[in-house]
Amino acid sequence: MRVQAVRKLEPSNRLHMVRRGMMAGLPIMLGYLPIAITYGVLASQSGMNLLELTLMSMLVFAGAAQFLAVSMVAASTGAVEIIIATFVLNFRHFVMSLSFVNRLKQIALKAKLPLTLGLTDETFTVSSLYRKEAKEDYGAWFYASLMITAYSSWVVGSFLGGILGDVMPQRLSESMGIALYAMFIGLLVPAIKKHYRISFVAITAMLVNFIGQQWGLNQGWAIVLGTLIGGLSGVFILKDEEEEEV
Amino acid sequence: MIIWIIIGMAVVTAVPRILPAFIMNQLKFPKWIDRWLNAIPYAALGALIFPGIMSAKPDAPQIGIIAGLAAVLLAWVNVNIIVVVLGAISAVFLMTL
Repeated sequence: MRVQAVRKLEPSNRLHMVRRGMMAGLPIMLGYLPIAITYGVLASQSGMNLLELTLMSMLVFAGAAQFLAVSMVAASTGAVEIIIATFVLNFRHFVMSLSFVNRLKQIALKAKLPLTLGLTDETFTVSSLYRKEAKEDYGAWFYASLMITAYSSWVVGSFLGGILGDVMPQRLSESMGIALYAMFIGLLVPAIKKHYRISFVAITAMLVNFIGQQWGLNQGWAIVLGTLIGGLSGVFILKDEEEEEV
Repeated sequence: MIIWIIIGMAVVTAVPRILPAFIMNQLKFPKWIDRWLNAIPYAALGALIFPGIMSAKPDAPQIGIIAGLAAVLLAWVNVNIIVVVLGAISAVFLMTL
């Protein structure tokens, strides 16, 4: 009886899910802000105006591809080359989206479509580690709020970088290049602590990615290959509860 | 000119992201593909961390590695992920003083 009473005080309503999504998105926001500001600074230095560089963050929302595009614009590379490079680099989101959508079976297509547009390396991995929300009421609100938190910090950070120019001490902004890697580590380590076998999947992916790049494979395709083969090793290595619980 | 680059980039980024929502709506996968897709997040994390972390400071790959080990240590003792991120940033900052 008492348990039921406590549950009633904490209803799983929309606002509650939105708040939880924001909390889950907070580390991404922290990782994105300095990197988005750096992007804004570099983009304005490469000759893009404030509207263009902010618009690129709003419409593309993919950090690595935007940095690549900025350096290619600075080197006056042609538009077609930039667009092809973006496609190759971002194709990994196709694999991530397959995995993401597969877990959202209870969520309606009209909610899934905009959610997939918010997928980045970071929003994908964070939302993948919050699995049970997909089955809860208003689960779509949780993921939407997580993604909007990340998206808005990316767009606002780019804009700030564009207007402020080189405000941040260079040594500090360079130190922040580690932020997103640290976040990935911070997400992976607790999963491995819970189920050691997960480390085999992650290490396989690392090695395939590394070897692929040594052989001259482009970074985007090497990550795709590492993700696919690393994930495939999970079919044999992970037990069902390891996939479901973490 | 740049606006066309942006629109082109937006299209080639959006299509691979959105396509699975349509594909998966039609298909029912066998169990092993389900398991494969469930393992993808851990594989993606691995591939995103290494070897990319060595280029966090492009001129000094060992700094990325050491900061990464600091992050592993912090994450291992169950501190909040924000502390893991700030710890790694401080580690790089200190090593480049």
